[in-house]
Amino acid sequence: MNDMSTEGYVTPDGRKIGGVMMEMKNITLRFGGVKAITDISFDIREGEIRAIIGPNGAGKSSMLNVISGFYIPQEGEVWFRGAKRPPMKPYQVAQQGIARTFQNIALFEGMSVLDNVMTGRLTHMTTGILAQAIWKGKAEREEVENREVVEKIIDFLEIQAIRKTPVARLPYGLKKRVELARALAAEPKLLLLDEPMAGMNVEEKEDMSRFILDVNDEFGTTIALIEHDMGVVMDLSDRVVVMDYGKKIGDGTPDEVRNNQAVIDAYLGVAHD
Amino acid sequence: MPEQFYFAMEVILNGLMAGVLYALVALGFVLIYKASGIFNYAQGVMALFAAATLVGIMRGQVPFSHLINAIFGTSVHNFGWQVPAILAILLTMGVMVFLAWAVNRFVFKHLVNQEPIILFMATIGLAYFLEGTSDLMWGGEIKKLDIGLPQGMNATLDDVTFNLFGYGFFIDNLDIVAAIVAVSLVVVLTTYSQYSKQGRALRAVADDHQAALSVGISLNFIWVLVWSIAGFVALVAGIMWGAKSGVQFSLSLIALKALPVLMLGGFTSIPGAIVGGLIIGVGEKLFEFTLGGMMGGATENWFAYVLALIFLVFRPQGLFGEKIIERV
Repeated sequence: MNDMSTEGYVTPDGRKIGGVMMEMKNITLRFGGVKAITDISFDIREGEIRAIIGPNGAGKSSMLNVISGFYIPQEGEVWFRGAKRPPMKPYQVAQQGIARTFQNIALFEGMSVLDNVMTGRLTHMTTGILAQAIWKGKAEREEVENREVVEKIIDFLEIQAIRKTPVARLPYGLKKRVELARALAAEPKLLLLDEPMAGMNVEEKEDMSRFILDVNDEFGTTIALIEHDMGVVMDLSDRVVVMDYGKKIGDGTPDEVRNNQAVIDAYLGVAHD
Repeated sequence: MPEQFYFAMEVILNGLMAGVLYALVALGFVLIYKASGIFNYAQGVMALFAAATLVGIMRGQVPFSHLINAIFGTSVHNFGWQVPAILAILLTMGVMVFLAWAVNRFVFKHLVNQEPIILFMATIGLAYFLEGTSDLMWGGEIKKLDIGLPQGMNATLDDVTFNLFGYGFFIDNLDIVAAIVAVSLVVVLTTYSQYSKQGRALRAVADDHQAALSVGISLNFIWVLVWSIAGFVALVAGIMWGAKSGVQFSLSLIALKALPVLMLGGFTSIPGAIVGGLIIGVGEKLFEFTLGGMMGGATENWFAYVLALIFLVFRPQGLFGEKIIERV
């Protein structure tokens, strides 16, 4: 359907995918003697929805943690927007424009939904401690501007009704949505979603899928996601990386991956020899 | 009867004033505990160190003069200038910020993810280190701290109350200043943490480290910020207590008075620190006033701890602390 060596390609539904935004080159990650990821390379292109799938323990979350800077791989290179990325702290990665959500939801439970989403704007706020303490002028203006962005995102994700509710009181599905809102508030260049639909019922999954597609469509955000639900993955993503036991066993469009014998074996549990 | 009643009122008022000072010390503990989960045993010594530094700078003392003289055989003690109080306070604040940075850089940065008891032991070490540094830098003698705060009985209040009730209230001027300063400090700190960008980041870090990292907050920056604020609170507490009873080693023991305050108020609540301080302040004065005579006096020395013990038995999380419920 497309030639990957050229700049970008066009999806079956007519969306234009750009050049390479992020490239993982021969990534190997070890914990002591255990290899979580072995020599994996793949890329993520501008405007794309890229999925990482695989059975439990395949190293998908580890891969996401490498991208977001929570793990530093022992071998391999991470390239972001045409430059090799030196080893970085997660907060520095976030400041580069990579936002993420977590498999087990990491929200600020004691704070309101609005405050949670506002923390997503921190990388866009530049006033110093003193200016903030004085508050009038620049700091106040900055707060108002960022608040406007946040309100738009709250509207977009349809969580207006719970804006002032402390997060700890929300049900699971809404927490997931608030976490997405916080990540979106950063207006990220690359959005990483770690199992955005884990533990949701069918209706919640449909909502979440719609939001992910809308985010990609309206803001043009590049998205990399991990998901277990194969149906969802095949519907959402443009290209899929398949991992098993820390190795890459497939990479391509959903159709290509679906017909890949190695992938079928991994999912059906054929004995490894 | 009215005489007795007014006297009781006066006792309560004095208790409130003392309580404010306890609250001030407790506040420093709460700030650090909330943001980093470290129970900072050195908070009291920080107050001592800040007060000693302030006095030393104001007097134009050469820091480490004894050490310098011993090594080089010189005899320098003073720069020969006096620094005005305001400037000296700013300089001392600079020293406290540097201390905050150094503490993180050389101690706590290397102890991330350690058990709370290890962090606590580190702060005990820090307390002894700071105490020694304070003596070495500025000398160990009792110093008088005078930045021009009003001292003695408030005559106006005495007059006014005497004309109104026929009974003059005895309130110390310094206590009034301390109360005003403490209240404004609490208001400023609460608004700052509620509405400013750094305040939001601070609460975020207190809530969840991982999530805070993922939205681009540098944990190190926040920890230095929190220790700096705690250093500022220590400076204020050091000034108030130092002006009251001189800058000396016993100043660092006010940290022990803050413990029962924290047990009452809860370790994680800023309002809790205030209310706890007030309850202890009033409680110990009233107890001494009503039952102290029967018990041979000096109940102020132990009342706070007994109250804290009772709280530990019946409400371990304190009045405002978070009750920790784990879902199974």
